[in-house]
Amino acid sequence: MTWNWNYVVESLPAIFQGMWITLGLTIACYLFAMLFGFVWTFVRRIPWRPLQMIIAFIMEFIRSTPPLVQLFFLYYAWPMVPYVGLTLDPITVAIIGLGVHFSTYIAEIYRSGIESIDKGQWEAATALNLSLKDKWTKIILPQAIPPTIPMLGNYLIIMFKEVPLTSTIGVAGMLHMANNFGSKNFAYLEPLTLVAVFFLVMSYPTAVLFRKLEQRMNRRFDKNNPTGKIDKGVVT
Amino acid sequence: MQGINITVTVLIASAVLSYLIAFIAGFGRLSNNIFIRKFTGFYVEVFRGTSLIVQLFWFYYALPGLFDIHLATDFWAAVIAIAMNYGAYMSEIVRGSILSVAKGQREAATALNMSRFQRMRLVILPQAVRMMLPEFGNYLIQMLKATSLVSLVGLTDILYHGDVFRSTHLSLAPTVYILILIFYFILALPLIWLTRWAEKQSSKGVASE
Repeated sequence: MTWNWNYVVESLPAIFQGMWITLGLTIACYLFAMLFGFVWTFVRRIPWRPLQMIIAFIMEFIRSTPPLVQLFFLYYAWPMVPYVGLTLDPITVAIIGLGVHFSTYIAEIYRSGIESIDKGQWEAATALNLSLKDKWTKIILPQAIPPTIPMLGNYLIIMFKEVPLTSTIGVAGMLHMANNFGSKNFAYLEPLTLVAVFFLVMSYPTAVLFRKLEQRMNRRFDKNNPTGKIDKGVVT
Repeated sequence: MQGINITVTVLIASAVLSYLIAFIAGFGRLSNNIFIRKFTGFYVEVFRGTSLIVQLFWFYYALPGLFDIHLATDFWAAVIAIAMNYGAYMSEIVRGSILSVAKGQREAATALNMSRFQRMRLVILPQAVRMMLPEFGNYLIQMLKATSLVSLVGLTDILYHGDVFRSTHLSLAPTVYILILIFYFILALPLIWLTRWAEKQSSKGVASE
């Protein structure tokens, strides 16, 4: 079997159709993870030790077990859990499953952003008699969030690459379409290669973009490194 | 739950192989030869830019067709896919750590009339490896999670056995998957501790600028 360009052209429409689902799902999962990340971060800040430990344990558990198993759990097992179980369709499972998985990572990013704020800023906000809401929305978050944007961007790319996992529970993304198309014709080579190329074409420019953004952010926030250049030299 | 040995062997095999690839590719990107540099750069970007599951399927279904290469067994197809993917990620860490060794260290080594190889082996690497360790630990945990994907190409790991068991005992699905999750967590725990330990070690005695 060799490379067949006609077959490539034939498989394009199916994969293209899957691409929109993959992209849409990525964005949906990402938004969910961003929001849920806030929940983790703030629940962890509640100053009550047992709760903090439980949340830390749950986060560690979610983070160190495979997202694939979590998806299977939500898809196959959740409907049978007593009392709270309900049947979810694949798209919802994908959004919740991947969203919760990555929200634990994103929560860490938020936390690092918040903890990087100078203690004096907190004290100044208190000294100025700002309300709790003003303290967060006017002082802490505007400083904490921008430096984390490049890291958050990296997670967008990582999530984009994890979304094909959902083809295993039947979400008709790119990979699913390619596999279907391949099994119809007993030839997986072209569709799968196309999927790989599509992923590369979409994720690489985004990665470059975020790298540029990171440099600009470094320039703005890192006082020790005013040019913001990341050293890419060659060992001589 | 007899699939645990497959999960562990896949993890160990792909970890060893990917560390090897990471070092080769990491040094390759720092090479003075522009072709080696561009080539490894291309490899790293391709494997970082596409998702592991796509690569896994590609190695499994497409590679035999394209070049008539049969990667011996399913096991090796899976291991090579995981290793190539994580090798690409970790090569960036190798590169970054080597570059972040303080410049004075390199200059001092040159001043002591060390050869290029001596400089790397005796001065730079011992410091760089310490910086790499915590990240390597993190990627080891990532790799453990990635091994669950091999059940999709027919390797009989924990998840595969769990799935088979579930399809015969439908009502036990929640128990089965929770057990699998706990299994993975137990496997990950030593790795998490190892990573924490490595983080502590890495901050000791490294020359910084």
